[in-house]
Amino acid sequence: MSTRQNLQNLQGNHACALAAIHAGCRFYAGYPITPSSEIAETMSAELPKVDGLFIQMEDEIASMGAIIGASAGGAKVMTATSGPGFSLKQENLGYAALTEIPSVIVNVMRGGPSTGMPTRPAQGDIMQARWGTHGDHPTIALTPWSVEEVYAETIRAFNLAELLRTPVIILFDEVIGHLVETVDLARFENPDITDRKWADGKIEGFRPYADPGDGVPAMARPGDGRRVHTTGLSHGEDGFPTQDAELVAQFMARLLGKIETHRKEIERVDIRSCDDADVVIVAYGITARAAYRAVETLRQRGVKAGLFRPVTLWPFPEDAFKKVAERARLVLVPEMNAGQLILEIERLVSGKTRVAGVNLYFGDPITPQQIVETAEAELKQ
Amino acid sequence: MSDVAQNQFNIREYIRENLFPHFMCPGCGHGIALRALLNAVHDLGIDKNQLAIVSGIGCSGRVGAYIDANTFHTTHGRPLAFATGLKLARPDLEVIVITGDGDCLAIGGNHLIHACRRNLNLTCLMLNNEVYGMTGGQVSPTTSADRFTTTTQYGNHEPIFDACKLAEGAGAGFVGREMTLQTPALRDLIKEAIAHDGFSFIEVLSDCTEIFGRKNDMGESAEMVLAQKADFRSVSYGTEIGETFKPRGMKTGVLLRDDRPEYAMAYKRHNEKKLKQ
Ligand SMILES: Cc1ncc(C[n+]2csc(CCOP(=O)(O)OP(=O)(O)O)c2C)c(N)n1
Ligand code: SF4
Ligand SMILES: [Mg+2]
Repeated sequence: MSTRQNLQNLQGNHACALAAIHAGCRFYAGYPITPSSEIAETMSAELPKVDGLFIQMEDEIASMGAIIGASAGGAKVMTATSGPGFSLKQENLGYAALTEIPSVIVNVMRGGPSTGMPTRPAQGDIMQARWGTHGDHPTIALTPWSVEEVYAETIRAFNLAELLRTPVIILFDEVIGHLVETVDLARFENPDITDRKWADGKIEGFRPYADPGDGVPAMARPGDGRRVHTTGLSHGEDGFPTQDAELVAQFMARLLGKIETHRKEIERVDIRSCDDADVVIVAYGITARAAYRAVETLRQRGVKAGLFRPVTLWPFPEDAFKKVAERARLVLVPEMNAGQLILEIERLVSGKTRVAGVNLYFGDPITPQQIVETAEAELKQ
Repeated sequence: MSDVAQNQFNIREYIRENLFPHFMCPGCGHGIALRALLNAVHDLGIDKNQLAIVSGIGCSGRVGAYIDANTFHTTHGRPLAFATGLKLARPDLEVIVITGDGDCLAIGGNHLIHACRRNLNLTCLMLNNEVYGMTGGQVSPTTSADRFTTTTQYGNHEPIFDACKLAEGAGAGFVGREMTLQTPALRDLIKEAIAHDGFSFIEVLSDCTEIFGRKNDMGESAEMVLAQKADFRSVSYGTEIGETFKPRGMKTGVLLRDDRPEYAMAYKRHNEKKLKQ
């Protein structure tokens, strides 16, 4: 490994935009909203330099529609928003999931519901990221905890979107979005870049949604002579609408299954001090940083604590979590919402371990002290 | 572009016959519009491999699937947003949007305004049948006064508006209107719209025979199409102050042509200039 460094002070939002371009993003459509707007602003400055296209659309529905359209044409695409805009994107997000059009959607979370607290951090959209659009659908959501990780995970989001032909959501919060940290860009000099698998070979009899074996069909590129049909209606392997229960069952099994069979590529977890941990703290995003400090403090005070940080939030890294939770006496889930990931954690421990939340969602990030206090109080019970 | 006179238009070359029987009711105006569009595509010599049809949701939206091209059946009201991304990413494609009066003017109204304003080189065909056909005949923003629909059980009391005027006001490069009755004129209008370098909006006065026609005792499909002729007036607004606007009494043909800069070209030139500075 080279020792040369390229240190840059970058804001989270800025890093997200630069990483997107680095990953090959050449089309961005968005609508301004705090605290995500710097992503659009950076894209507006940088995309034209690489022959890319930036467009500010009339709303978030249009932004989502435009990126899907551009991606269907072959571009790597992104849009960024925050709570209210994320709500508006949901219908088209489901369309992208069903039609398997790669796309990256960033949600810089702010206080909600509704207009909420536009300039304050929150983590209240994680279940919306999982279930926001109607119907059963595949979801991938990534939750970086630092500016450097925003850079890394943004690149990974593009790779996963292209690899699996699916929308990928990047979730971070206002603090990460606006935090300025030093990033060593040398680390990212030659990142692994995944490009879309395009259909080639015989045109005659091409079935755009046939399973090639890994659950991810190669995409037909408009203009390649295949002339396929793309629809948000349930469709069979030929791409045309169907209500045949067997065909729909087959299709859904592949659509949902491709996430399951690629968990190895999708899942990323950061596990710290969990080998001997009695207390496992599950945290993501900015809250995980407070949680890690809490782990250190608890250890100094003689409590064997550890951190389980799902960088990939959805699909939740179940097996990795179950392993660390097995020997724990207490699983603590601090999050800036009224208790969302904790539901998943409770499901996974299914009553075998005590689970408690630290839920503060009033505009301030959770502090290490608050986590330590809850851990100690819970251990006394 | 191929030599027009050389080959006769044969609709079978442009449709997906394997999808037949199609879903359209007997006599539905949308089918006539589809034929006119494909005839225009043929006459212009557009390679169907390079043709992208983007449609919304509705009977109008489902028409697209029958075209043997790159077809995208998107979400309700959003085909223009989708087409904007597609065309920007792939200027080599001929992108044509098929939408309905509900799709384009109600849920998608905002996208229409901004597509006109940007003037990206797209062609938008709005099939106006005065009703939400697909969902069973509810009132739309273009349903005429007093018409019965499933959600105006005592007749429509809501005012309507002129989509072409909206398109003109919002800056579309090309605006036109034609009835399905005048199929050759419709075909020629579509040809002009596609050939125009900028955003082209065409309102096609279509008919929902089975639902709207039936509910309003408008007779069979042939009678409905003929009624277009009876209603037709060369000038329907702007001549007399206070004259009420009627959807079936509107001016047809080319209503506006403006050669202002096309969006993608202008964007590219602008950025090239600024980045050099
Ligand atoms: C978000 C959303 N809302 C409502 C619907 C139900 N819907 C389907 S088609 C349609 C109206 C279509 O009317 P129009 O655009 O005039 O097309 P037509 O069927 O008359 O050709 C509606 C309301 C939908 N599919 N999606
Ligand atoms: S319901 Fe109306 S618009 Fe739809 S296919 Fe039938 S006649 Fe045409
Ligand atoms: Mg209609």
